[in-house]
Amino acid sequence: MINRMEVSETNEMIEKENLDVRTITMGISLLDCIDSDIDKTCDKVYDKITKSAKDLVKTGEEISGEFGIPIVNKRISVTPIALIGAASAKSEADFVKLAKTLDKAAKEVGVNFLGGYSALVSKGSTKADELLMKSIPEALASTDFVCSSINLGSTRTGINMNAVRLMGETIHKTAELTADRDSLGCAKLVVFCNAPDDNPFMAGAFHGVTEADRIINVGVSGPGVVKYALEKVRGESFEVLCETIKKTAFKVTRVGQLVAKEASEKLGVPFGIVDLSLAPTPAIGDSVADILCEIGLEKAGAPGTTAALALLNDQVKKGGVMASSYVGGLSGAFIPVSEDQGMIDAASCGALTLEKLEAMTCVCSVGLDMIAVPGDTSPATISGIIADEMAIGMVNAKTTAVRLIPVIGKNVGDKVEFGGLLGWAPVMPVNKYSCEAFISREGRIPAPIHSFKN
Amino acid sequence: MEKVIITVVGKDTVGIIAKTCTFLSNENVNILDISQTIVSGYFNMMMVVDISGAKDSFEKISGGLEELGKSIGVSIKCQKEEIFDMMHRI
Repeated sequence: MINRMEVSETNEMIEKENLDVRTITMGISLLDCIDSDIDKTCDKVYDKITKSAKDLVKTGEEISGEFGIPIVNKRISVTPIALIGAASAKSEADFVKLAKTLDKAAKEVGVNFLGGYSALVSKGSTKADELLMKSIPEALASTDFVCSSINLGSTRTGINMNAVRLMGETIHKTAELTADRDSLGCAKLVVFCNAPDDNPFMAGAFHGVTEADRIINVGVSGPGVVKYALEKVRGESFEVLCETIKKTAFKVTRVGQLVAKEASEKLGVPFGIVDLSLAPTPAIGDSVADILCEIGLEKAGAPGTTAALALLNDQVKKGGVMASSYVGGLSGAFIPVSEDQGMIDAASCGALTLEKLEAMTCVCSVGLDMIAVPGDTSPATISGIIADEMAIGMVNAKTTAVRLIPVIGKNVGDKVEFGGLLGWAPVMPVNKYSCEAFISREGRIPAPIHSFKN
Repeated sequence: MEKVIITVVGKDTVGIIAKTCTFLSNENVNILDISQTIVSGYFNMMMVVDISGAKDSFEKISGGLEELGKSIGVSIKCQKEEIFDMMHRI
């Protein structure tokens, strides 16, 4: 039988170390909502989402009460809207109409984000893909809960540089249209290389076309728990360090597995995956950067950061994989800047630069995340940063992403407040030299060779 | 059997166990195990109970115990056993 030590260990994790289930995300296929008439498409989409997810929030709260564990977010991901709107949306305005429908449905069922205003253009873009990408600034400025993601490249197809160029412009325009809110629109927009179909985390969640009609994906969280566990093994060998991370990741993931199973049963929707990612929040003690410091760095960004992060990411996966019957999504350590107090501190004091962050993304999921850059950063430079990140993902066969926020009217040293889980960030400097001629080339970067691995 | 773990933590005072057990008895909840200790004036108790024959739902019992805890000045938490089983047993 369970003993008191075990009960108090679990409850301390929840009460003192910020253990929570970050999100229950219901994936909903909208493929059966496709119609040649845009208004009919919108009606079908609204009906399907509100019917499918009507009990999602209530069920999440019920499970939270039963196990005494906070379930922070209940969210929805849908089939990439570029596919759903392809038959009926003939203009950017039509796609914005679809975005508003998604927003209305999200509000009706009470979720706090809905992802899937997306297009998959890793090799080429259809007319609908292009319209959707161009409609993103307006769509994100005129909705509250819709999140957008674009897959720009993959290891199998290479990188669609035309789309990379377009997304540089789109990100900049999104920033301009939401300038009155510190360019918040860009916090709901992410571009990917090798985007996973079953990611439960925002802003990158969408319901892949290879998925079932409906599915429950769960994202756990526990940077605080890992940090507290590591406090007890200060000065010990790498073996002890790694074992401690693995055991802790196992325990954290088991909670996710339990919640996913319960949610799946109660909602009558198949269980998809548990995402093992360590997802930080701006709360004190819930930081991935703090784990890196506990491993032995003065600040995140110091020499040794990439190695420490590689170790952390790998051990989290090793511990988590055994704890869940199906693992998927992004599954690693997130290193967003604004959502992690330790990262904010490191960026503010100059320990952490954009270039070091890029190096860190080579060994972890997911990428350059929630980074505020000066508002006068040119669209071509944004595209250049995106292209670099996509190349890392393409060559290393991993998911990488970019969620940059060029904050209109702000410059290096200024602070940007996004609020809530999105946190705040110092505006970070960007390399001043131009990549205009590189980005203005037409076409795509070919897929990399899959042998001669070095 | 539907096992629930009840944890009571707070400043020690007269009647914590009595009031908790009376509440459980009124709800027709069977107590399977109790372990309790005092650490530097702080009361710490864990109970394993079976709510399969209970009069009310888990939510009601959990809410009732939380209220009771507030009136005594301690924190009473109700959790289904599975979360501990999942985390600590392979």
